[in-house]
Amino acid sequence: MNDMPKIIIGLVIFLMLIGFPLWYNVANDKAGYVPDMELPDTADQCVRDTEWMRTNHMDLLNDWRDLVVRDQQRFEANQVSQQMEMSLSNTCMDCHDNKSTFCDRCHNYMGVQPYCWDCHLEPEEAI
Amino acid sequence: MGFDRRKFLKLSGLTFLGFAAGSPARVFGQQDTTMVDSTATGDGTITPISGSRWAMLVDLRACNEKGGEDCDDCIAACHRVHNVPEFDDSHDEIKWIWKTSFHSAFHSQEHEFLDEAITHGNTMVLCNHCDRPPCVRVCPTQATWKRESDGIVMMDMHRCIGCRYCVVACPYGARSFNFRDPRPHIEEINPKFPTRMRGVVEKCNFCAERLATGKMPACVKACKHGALKFGDLEDPQSEVRKILGDGFSIRRRPELGTQPQVYYLV
Repeated sequence: MNDMPKIIIGLVIFLMLIGFPLWYNVANDKAGYVPDMELPDTADQCVRDTEWMRTNHMDLLNDWRDLVVRDQQRFEANQVSQQMEMSLSNTCMDCHDNKSTFCDRCHNYMGVQPYCWDCHLEPEEAI
Repeated sequence: MGFDRRKFLKLSGLTFLGFAAGSPARVFGQQDTTMVDSTATGDGTITPISGSRWAMLVDLRACNEKGGEDCDDCIAACHRVHNVPEFDDSHDEIKWIWKTSFHSAFHSQEHEFLDEAITHGNTMVLCNHCDRPPCVRVCPTQATWKRESDGIVMMDMHRCIGCRYCVVACPYGARSFNFRDPRPHIEEINPKFPTRMRGVVEKCNFCAERLATGKMPACVKACKHGALKFGDLEDPQSEVRKILGDGFSIRRRPELGTQPQVYYLV
């Protein structure tokens, strides 16, 4: 038990190192950081409520994909339109026309890499 | 004794009934919540073109006599609409609708006295959207399947794992594998239609995405000589049915029993 102090010092150093990203951000007052996404100014309403979209858009896109590709249902009625095409490139990106300041900002923050864009095309961005 | 066999059996029966009743309730309950959002289509502006058995007619005489050697209208339209890449190396070629020789397309059905305009000309070939598609039988992920509603053999690029069984199974060579990333090789990208990624198989989809929005297939629309006809074989009044009923038509490799749905007038 003579090594107890050394072990405790070692543990503290270990915890400090492993917790570096956390306490460094707290110390720099970045703990409350949320990505700043640019919302479209051309539309004031999304196909679902914003809160719901924030957590469920990936499920919605998956459902849309299955409905369109496999179930032959290309349109849906929602709070924006009675006949809206269920399409990422043609519906979502019509309003959210800037992938890098909308999709990418949050995806990068969350560390997710969706592969939608391997095939689906994003609108050309005005630089 | 408080709990005898009789009571045990009664309780088991009740429990079983409970489970049996529970699962359909759960299924229906779920449907109620999701269906409201997703299935209701409006009475709006876009009406799909619907049919029960889509088929295509290729009039080889009109194609070769009026169109001639250099006519590429249908190919160009298809490639433009579907973001089909052009590769220099023919091994990488992606084919939706393409030209081949009469001999390659119909090697079991030719003879030396056929009209030279046809046998020496081009034959437009594409996916035959077979009634009994061998590609569908071999697909391990159901990434390709025959649509029950209208017979189109569909591809789901999200599910394709690139095993290429279907490429081998298709007797018409109608399926192409993306050996390379196609995007840099697309001349002019149509933003309305996705490109493909490296490692998936693709083919003609009978313009399913255009039919769904009320448009006829791109190649049919592009052919100014009327050599391509598209219609519903289940509808006795349709143009394709009338033409097929009026004359003699052939199909590619009928001996295989795949029941191809692209018909050729010679």
